[in-house]
Amino acid sequence: MNLDFSDDQKFLQEEAKKFLEKEQSVNRNRSVLEHDENIDIDLWNKIVGLGWTGIRIPEEYDGLGLGHLELCVIAEELGRYLAPVPFSSSVYLFTEAIINYADDSIKKEILPKLVSGEIVGTLAVAEELKAPSAENINLTFSEGKINGTKIAVPDAEIATHAIVVAKTDSGASLQLVDLSANGVNIEKQENIDESRGYFSITFKDVESKLIGDNSTGWELYEYIINQAAVLFGYEQIGGSQAALDMAISYAKERYAFGRQIGSFQAIKHKLADMYIALTLAKSNCYYAAWALSTNSSDLPSASATARVSATKAYQLCSKENIQTHGGNGFTWEYDCHMYYRRSKLLSLNIGSLSNWREKLVTSLEQSNIN
Amino acid sequence: MDFKDTPEQAKFRKTCREWLENNAALKDASPSESTFANKDIIKEAKAWQKKKYDAGWAMLHWPKEYGGIGASPIERIIWGNEESKFDVPKGIFEIGLGMCGPVMMQYASDEQKERYLPPMAEGKEIWCQLFSEPSAGSDVAGLRSKAVQDGDKWIINGQKVWTSGAHFSDFGILVVRHDPNLEKHKGLTFFFVDMKSPGIEVKPIKQITGGSSFNEVYFTDVEIPDSQRLGEIGDGWKVAITTLMNERLAVGDADGCDVEDAFKWAKTQDSLGEPLLNNKAVRESIADWYCEANGLKNTKLRTMSALSKGDTPGPEASITKIVSAGKLQDIGNFGIDSMDMTGMLKSDNSDIKRFQNAWLGAPGLRIAGGTDEILRNIIAERVLGLPQDPRADKGVAYKDIPSGNS
Repeated sequence: MNLDFSDDQKFLQEEAKKFLEKEQSVNRNRSVLEHDENIDIDLWNKIVGLGWTGIRIPEEYDGLGLGHLELCVIAEELGRYLAPVPFSSSVYLFTEAIINYADDSIKKEILPKLVSGEIVGTLAVAEELKAPSAENINLTFSEGKINGTKIAVPDAEIATHAIVVAKTDSGASLQLVDLSANGVNIEKQENIDESRGYFSITFKDVESKLIGDNSTGWELYEYIINQAAVLFGYEQIGGSQAALDMAISYAKERYAFGRQIGSFQAIKHKLADMYIALTLAKSNCYYAAWALSTNSSDLPSASATARVSATKAYQLCSKENIQTHGGNGFTWEYDCHMYYRRSKLLSLNIGSLSNWREKLVTSLEQSNIN
Repeated sequence: MDFKDTPEQAKFRKTCREWLENNAALKDASPSESTFANKDIIKEAKAWQKKKYDAGWAMLHWPKEYGGIGASPIERIIWGNEESKFDVPKGIFEIGLGMCGPVMMQYASDEQKERYLPPMAEGKEIWCQLFSEPSAGSDVAGLRSKAVQDGDKWIINGQKVWTSGAHFSDFGILVVRHDPNLEKHKGLTFFFVDMKSPGIEVKPIKQITGGSSFNEVYFTDVEIPDSQRLGEIGDGWKVAITTLMNERLAVGDADGCDVEDAFKWAKTQDSLGEPLLNNKAVRESIADWYCEANGLKNTKLRTMSALSKGDTPGPEASITKIVSAGKLQDIGNFGIDSMDMTGMLKSDNSDIKRFQNAWLGAPGLRIAGGTDEILRNIIAERVLGLPQDPRADKGVAYKDIPSGNS
């Protein structure tokens, strides 16, 4: 029985933690939030330099050839330190899609450049102000070109390439697009966590390359987000832990009515509930990490379980961290709001809590637990 | 990461499994009531315990001289995993073996250990725990039962309550107040007592469920030899804490029904012409219960992983009872509500019975072995490091602490 990371993986996590601490990642996040930027490019370049974007890329394509578990421990630290970088878009979604479904010539062209940082990727799905589904994708792919508009695409400004979910004659497909191509128009969309950028992308007769096949693109997309849900889950538990730690230390230093506010049971019980939610989420993430790293048939239910519990934990921890801080928590000056914003961004990037609950129950129906 | 046993663990599991297969029947695949439910449970439980004892399985982590085989924590878990797959009687020895045993092991003399531990492990003698009192529940150190020293013996007067199994126990562990002039925690002393001593009277308590697994225990001039004192005079609280720590491990998971039962029921139960499982609100609840149930299961696997490597597990296990008792109550409530206005009716249907029993029994689970509130305080103070509440009972003689019924 070994539901734990290896010593090497723990070492990698410790190194990641030290690096993000030293680089003052949380302060960098504030700076991006407060300025007209959508990413901390210096931090991103350093992350590329450390090889993190190539963790899962095989050595034959210049990557480190490591597994998903190494990615999980990095994700937890990026979440803890609110790193204002496009790691989730480029690594959990774009890179994994290329590794899973691209043919060898595309892999040869793309993967080494993801390692070197020349290519940054993202995934474009939604088109309207509602959850995307196989039925409401209107962006079309025909005769080698895509036409249509995607909205709420994270990190599209820094991204050089995107995987675009497109409608075809026979269903849906995933299309690889070079975002510098003619006919691509990217526009910034204001959002409620300006430490990460959201964009609309309009494609007018833009050449694209098919990833996977021409009809089952929606299933491939579902599989990509099932995998990514585990990695998002790790970012979410990292953020939850940071928010809980902040609340604990404030509850110890702040006095009211002549005593530390952490001595009031109303605060203690709130913080205990945060710890409970986080512990459940963390344990579910461990199991999902195992399912992801072994490509287990349990992955759909395991990743949805991790995703639902991690989303609940981060939403609870980030909102109750503000509450524990009282009026200070509502100020721009305190960091509480940055976790609150990031918890929302991470909980929506690959679909909302209610949709993941639904995916979980559907996966239970399919695996027919009884 | 993997879920495999090491070669040694696999070998040990095989040994457990083979013995169990030769001595007990596997549980039915369909969850039904234990075949022991309607038999003389104490007789059956004693017979099963004796069988295990003779083969070394009864208290496998205990040293050989007291009937164990010196098993490691992970081996104990493996045995528990395997035994839980078999239909065997339970619910009789948990308090004695889980709480009284460790205290006797730590504080009794060698002669006493030789005398009491083997029959405890064998199931020949059953033990109970006499801590709570009518005015001392969560604040158990506020107890008032009196011990007065008289030569080489003590005279005990007072009342205990919520004593599981007192009506069939042979011995009990007991904490009482020897000096009300001392501070609350300093005036306590710990003993073990023969439950057949003159002056002990046991009265069952009828619970919400209609059943009676707890008792009131009255002490009237009960004599206990000083040799049955565990720890020094005034060390009663320290000794009691050892036991309470073990109690939280012993209470742990809530038996009854879980998300699988709710899921199965929702698939088949009709609701306005379609399966209940099509209802969005029901799907949302099932998703959340599934996350909680698996969160606990995976937390246990993490604890086992630490033990398996010889590490000390983290504090994660402290969340088990809070989460599982609340979930049990909600699932019972869901099952009953799913029958709409007929949910009040008792039925022969075993699923309906289970939901109703869970709903009636869960309030007890949220209280026993530390209330939800006390457990949250423990998590906050011991795990998260938050400060204690200012207290009205510190630095004051016990007799001067406000009690509301002076």
